[in-house]
Amino acid sequence: MTRSTIDLWVGVFVAIGLGALLFLALKVGNLASFSTAETYRVEARFANIGGLKVRAPVKSAGVVVGRVAEIGFDNEAYEAVAELTLDARFKFPRDTSAKILTSGLLGEQYIGLEAGADARMLADGERLRLTQSAVVLENLIGQFFTSKAAEGGEAKGAK
Amino acid sequence: MLHGIDLDIPRGKVVAVMGQSGCGKTTLLRIIAAALLPTRGRARVLGQVTGDLDRDALYALRRRMGMLYQFGALFTDMTVFDNVAFQMREHTNLPEDAIRDLVLLKLEAVGLRGAAPLMPAELSGGMARRVALARAIALDPELILYDEPFTGLDPIALGVIARLVRQLNDALGATAVIVTHDVAETLPLVDYVYFMADGRVVAQGTPAEVRRSGVPFVEQFVSGATDGPVPFHYPAQGYGADLGLAASA
Amino acid sequence: MRAALTHLGAAVTAGVWRLGYAARFFGYLLAHSGTAFRRFGLTVREIYFAGVLSLIIILVSGLFVGMVLGLQGYDTLQRYGSSEALGVLVALSLVRELGPVVAGLLFASRAGSAITAEIGLMKATEQLSAMEMMAVDPVARVVAPRFWGGVISMPLLAALFSAMGIFGGYLVGVVLIGVDEGAFWSQMQAAVDVREDILNGVIKSVVFGFAVSLIAVFEGFDATPTAEGVSRATTRTVVTSSLAILALDFVLTALMFTGGN
Repeated sequence: MTRSTIDLWVGVFVAIGLGALLFLALKVGNLASFSTAETYRVEARFANIGGLKVRAPVKSAGVVVGRVAEIGFDNEAYEAVAELTLDARFKFPRDTSAKILTSGLLGEQYIGLEAGADARMLADGERLRLTQSAVVLENLIGQFFTSKAAEGGEAKGAK
Repeated sequence: MLHGIDLDIPRGKVVAVMGQSGCGKTTLLRIIAAALLPTRGRARVLGQVTGDLDRDALYALRRRMGMLYQFGALFTDMTVFDNVAFQMREHTNLPEDAIRDLVLLKLEAVGLRGAAPLMPAELSGGMARRVALARAIALDPELILYDEPFTGLDPIALGVIARLVRQLNDALGATAVIVTHDVAETLPLVDYVYFMADGRVVAQGTPAEVRRSGVPFVEQFVSGATDGPVPFHYPAQGYGADLGLAASA
Repeated sequence: MRAALTHLGAAVTAGVWRLGYAARFFGYLLAHSGTAFRRFGLTVREIYFAGVLSLIIILVSGLFVGMVLGLQGYDTLQRYGSSEALGVLVALSLVRELGPVVAGLLFASRAGSAITAEIGLMKATEQLSAMEMMAVDPVARVVAPRFWGGVISMPLLAALFSAMGIFGGYLVGVVLIGVDEGAFWSQMQAAVDVREDILNGVIKSVVFGFAVSLIAVFEGFDATPTAEGVSRATTRTVVTSSLAILALDFVLTALMFTGGN
């Protein structure tokens, strides 16, 4: 095995190895989509963020327009503070509302933005005023049982 | 392991260290090669005390020495040529054509110039040892150490190696230390002999003195007698007792 | 009973002693790795022997693992009507876990054992000793290039394994079974994150590369210089490397993939 043959094969090996890495990053992962775009930050506060995680998508009309950058807790107002990074190409009115939704029935949670009607757009660092917290399953079940119990009580009372 | 060794090996001479297997002669060789340090006393090699040397000084000392291992220890992943050229490439800045001339010179000295492109696996035992010898003298060392150079060779190869050891030593003006137990080949070849047993030097002298020596161990060793100071039987209880015979009827 | 305990104690002490020795060896190896990079041809040669010659087994194994993932994954997912998530299943399993781990195990058994045997044999035939006598440091000249050759090869092999596996899953899922091709790739791209999944997989394979290469060169260098010693060292390399990979995998997975927001 001569020197040059070895060099050739090692070169081929390294090339296809890096190619495989590139394939994984681009075709398999989501590198191509987001990271190089220009972004701006807005803040949104929620009473309960449920299972929202950092890097969860921010969608509007079902299209990904940004990501959750940070999740924090305000110790004075006792609410969750989410920092969102939005793609600079998309501007939203200042009265846009943010909801925490679940993809599918038991899927991961994301933030859905519904555009408002204000003429002025959100700027970097501003806060979304209208928010709706996540639906917490336990509260829902509790409500269900309470309403069932109330119905039962009415039925009894009606008899 | 070694006790009370007091050796002097003068420059330019070929000296043999002989003894049975396990007597400590290989350990002695490694101390000279500065691969081992003596636990007590000092080893002074080529004017330097081995115990005082740091790593760089040790490596500098070793560049002035050459060692021939028992089975050659050639680098199996390189050709014969590359084996001999190894030290030249590692330690000098010589251009490749100078190295080529030198390698061919060394191989010619041991009679294997034609074997330059072969791999060590393709060589016979005797040829491999000759290549190893060429490699050992690659940088014209001042001290050459031989670890059992005659083991396992046919009579022709034995004669060749013995002749080469003497010739190269005289040509290079070097000092040689041969560790061996081959009496027949070595005595005609060397200038001085040390005999070792159980880690001690038990006898020394020129070959002529040794042949006339009255020391029983030396006589047994030189003549190859089966019994003498070195007994034939390994220590054991009485033969009768071992076989289970009764003490007496 | 007492003898057994004494044996156990001696074994543990010997193990700890050996671990310390290996750590010092690692430090020495790193300090003397200059030659491996200055004369990069030496390392390139070792990348050939460790990496290129492992390609066949890695690619074929990757393909089969991916195909099995496709089959088993489809069988389970279609019971819950989620067969379109097959791409996600195959990709995440490979990129996060199977790629680095299985490629690491295969590398340890093929390349790791070869490196140990080679170094051990050089030690047994006194080649390392001869090199030392010629004032060339055998660790710098022989051991370090093999170590770095392994470290460089391992992440590339893991990536190739994962890529082949995904292709295998695609072959079985889309081509053979008929899962929707668009859903296969798009759901995969939505679910696999470059930083969380792929980068972590690469980090794992780099860590495994260090571990396997170190174990391989150390066992070879430390082998008893007899035929039996070399064979035992080779076995130890495969066993220790495999255990190290699995243990490190647990530690790294716990660090990377759990934890909160």
